[in-house]
Amino acid sequence: MSIVTNSGIERAPEDSGASVGNDTLLEVRDLKKYFPVKSGGVIRRTVAHVQAVDGVSFTLGKGKSLGLVGESGCGKTTTGRLITRLYDPTSGEINFEGHDIGPLTRRQMMPIRSEIQMIFQDPYSSLNPRHTVGTIVGTPLRVHNMVPEKKTLARVQELLEVVGLNPEHYNRYPSEFSGGQRQRIGIARALALQPKLLVADEPVSALDVSIQAQVVNLLRDVQDEFGIAFLFIAHDLAIVRHFCPEVAVMYLGKIVEIGDRETIYEHPHHPYTQALLSAAPDVKQAAIGGRRERIRLEGDVPSPINPPSGCRFRTRCWMAQEICAKQEPPLLQIGKTHKVACHFAGEMHEAPQRPVTTGLLGVDDQGNPSNGTPVAEIHDQPGYADTWFDLKTQSVTSST
Amino acid sequence: MSIDISERPDGMAAPAHPEDPYLVVESLTVKFPTHDGLVQAVTDLSYTVDRGKTLGIVGESGSGKSVSSMAVLGLHDPKHTRLSGSIRVDGAEVIGASEDRMRKIRGNSVAMIFQDALTALHPFYTIGDQISEGYRIHHRVSKAEAKKRAVEMLDRVGIPQAGRRIDDYPHQFSGGMRQRAMIAMALVNDPQLLIADEPTTALDVTVQAQILDLLQDLQREFNSAVIIITHDLGVVAELADTTMVMYGGRAVEYGATREILTHPEMPYSWGLLGSVPDVTGDADARLIPIPGNPPSLLNPPTGCAFHPRCPHVDKVPGDLCRTTLPDLVPGDRGENHLKRCHLANPGEIYAEEVLPEIAPDLIDPTTGELIPELATVDPDEV
Ligand SMILES: Nc1ncnc2c1ncn2[C@@H]1O[C@H](COP(=O)(O)OP(=O)(O)OP(=O)(O)O)[C@@H](O)[C@H]1O
Ligand SMILES: Nc1ncnc2c1ncn2[C@@H]1O[C@H](COP(=O)(O)OP(=O)(O)O)[C@@H](O)[C@H]1O
Ligand code: SF4
Ligand code: SF4
Ligand SMILES: [Mg+2]
Ligand SMILES: [Mg+2]
Repeated sequence: MSIVTNSGIERAPEDSGASVGNDTLLEVRDLKKYFPVKSGGVIRRTVAHVQAVDGVSFTLGKGKSLGLVGESGCGKTTTGRLITRLYDPTSGEINFEGHDIGPLTRRQMMPIRSEIQMIFQDPYSSLNPRHTVGTIVGTPLRVHNMVPEKKTLARVQELLEVVGLNPEHYNRYPSEFSGGQRQRIGIARALALQPKLLVADEPVSALDVSIQAQVVNLLRDVQDEFGIAFLFIAHDLAIVRHFCPEVAVMYLGKIVEIGDRETIYEHPHHPYTQALLSAAPDVKQAAIGGRRERIRLEGDVPSPINPPSGCRFRTRCWMAQEICAKQEPPLLQIGKTHKVACHFAGEMHEAPQRPVTTGLLGVDDQGNPSNGTPVAEIHDQPGYADTWFDLKTQSVTSST
Repeated sequence: MSIDISERPDGMAAPAHPEDPYLVVESLTVKFPTHDGLVQAVTDLSYTVDRGKTLGIVGESGSGKSVSSMAVLGLHDPKHTRLSGSIRVDGAEVIGASEDRMRKIRGNSVAMIFQDALTALHPFYTIGDQISEGYRIHHRVSKAEAKKRAVEMLDRVGIPQAGRRIDDYPHQFSGGMRQRAMIAMALVNDPQLLIADEPTTALDVTVQAQILDLLQDLQREFNSAVIIITHDLGVVAELADTTMVMYGGRAVEYGATREILTHPEMPYSWGLLGSVPDVTGDADARLIPIPGNPPSLLNPPTGCAFHPRCPHVDKVPGDLCRTTLPDLVPGDRGENHLKRCHLANPGEIYAEEVLPEIAPDLIDPTTGELIPELATVDPDEV
């Protein structure tokens, strides 16, 4: 893997992305973003770093959707903003169609910018109130010379129609639209450039439930029609499940579990995923009455400036043991399309007695190096390998 | 804390019996005169809440949930509000009560938790000062005693090391901690009625679950009446004994939560249920949004306020939906389930048309009834 510095571009050798198949659109590798924390006073020194995103890896296929869930502040938005290059990565790779866009300058990004678009959480503040809808949706068309000037209006109207707005309303201002309609304007703007990838950051959280469904259906339609890939960020687990066949769960800047929807929702193996899922209130509970059985998570998410050693979840984990403080659990592939980062990975009430990671890390059950050799650092790889570690047999398995 | 009888202004009802509902709202109407005209925020709203019970109020934004609850606390500026009807807290009338008397009730027998903790907390005062201040207004105690009480409250709502965090300012708390601090403030006088206005909407599911646990524990301990306002039907399903659905300033469906959520009889309630995916349903099912936008309250639709968005208008004979406001009355399911809709056979329509669309996996194909076993958890475990 190549090292990327901010000063120079050192393109990764073409063969480094071995896992990049033809249908891979985006491959994120060990992506990090550290925000400096400055001291007060005249000379503002950097006194610490917020480890907002700390070594995230995943792949996203053409026209596919990956959901990103986790508690507030875990780094979802930062990940999205790195991929759209609204932020510069501290390190790691963002391979878009096989090329690392992480180190590109603004100017170098220009041709790619149209292909990666973002939909923002807040339909109120993300639209300029002084611009008409026609200007808002038309600006990207002009900036990127997508259509001849004469045809801009016609294209804008076409886009408004696609998102279910009245094309005659191009002359109106955002304040004349409801929240759901404003979110549609944001979607029309994002679609204007015919992107291949849409980063949707909490696209419906600010909307009423009845309107949320309209917008979610719209996003599904545009995905089907234009084959757009989605990185779908939300804290609402039900919405993510509905939209994304693959889901990644983040905690304190890291992916702790990633897999296909069915596995993540029906057979979560990470205690944090289990806690998140058990906490979501369910309408169906009405038929039974009372509260669902839940895992009570104590305390708050620790500060990303000074995250806990070893497993970052250990300060709130009911299963934490000695090894959890000493060794960071690697994101271990335990199924065809399932990875989890936990020393005691297992389904609810079926967690193993002994850590499953000791062989891989070369440590004993307490997390101490077993024969004095220091533990090699294991970096998460994007995507899934053909072989994985089967928890039941405690051995490497493959699908064939 | 019940209201001291000697403080009642003349002409007030006698103190209520303990079995009587703690809160009785009758024909509450709230209008705001504005430049654009009269906003009919709440119209002819009636409900009751018993001690130890929870009422859930659901509806989209602008449906009058907050306005009606703020009326219970007398929080509307009389100069800019037209209020009518009756609100009785433990038998005592609130509408028309003096500001002095309202101040005694507020924060003492009735308390409210607001959606946005940051705006409800004063940025320049410490958390501890704000909580103890609320205590001192209603109790003759020393500063030190009030502070002790504040630490106790912070501890109760699960702030770790409460004694050390008591002198923090709001910005030093995380979102979830601020929400808990505000709840501590609301509970400092052991209120008999607690109104929680979207207390968890801005929070993560894990924090939300902690806060809901907390509300439930406190309710059990003090036998308080609770109103929880939310747009999350899951929260209502798990917490509320009774549920009221509001639309365009009116109650459109009202009854036992189980009834309302498993046998809803009003098309707007169907719409709400169809709009939300849930964590266990069929992931590939399409969401069924409610078409259109919420009604204008300056110029509410004629007849049934939901008619411009209702897919079932054609099933009602004549032009009734457009011309005549349906009453909130019991349907086929008995006295305890009220609905405001002209449809003659809502049960049939729900089972045959609506349910197969919104939750196909939940229906027993032979009976057309909801299959409770499919809901994930054994009731004994709850
Ligand atoms: N510009 C910045 N400077 C310093 N710290 C930042 C900056 N942006 C984000 N952070 C910090 O990085 C962490 C991750 O933030 P991020 O916005 O990605 O969270 P999120 O997962 O999107 O949360 P939410 O669900 O609340 O939107 C947080 O601790 C946040 O405070
Ligand atoms: N002080 C006010 N003046 C004029 N209109 C108001 C005022 N307060 C609320 N409203 C209007 O009353 C209606 C109901 O509001 P509210 O009860 O806050 O809705 P929600 O159900 O979202 O809590 C809305 O249309 C709102 O704009
Ligand atoms: S590694 Fe240890 S602390 Fe971390 S989630 Fe697993 S059991 Fe809990
Ligand atoms: S009264 Fe008519 S318009 Fe109103 S909800 Fe019933 S069927 Fe729909
Ligand atoms: Mg965010
Ligand atoms: Mg409100």
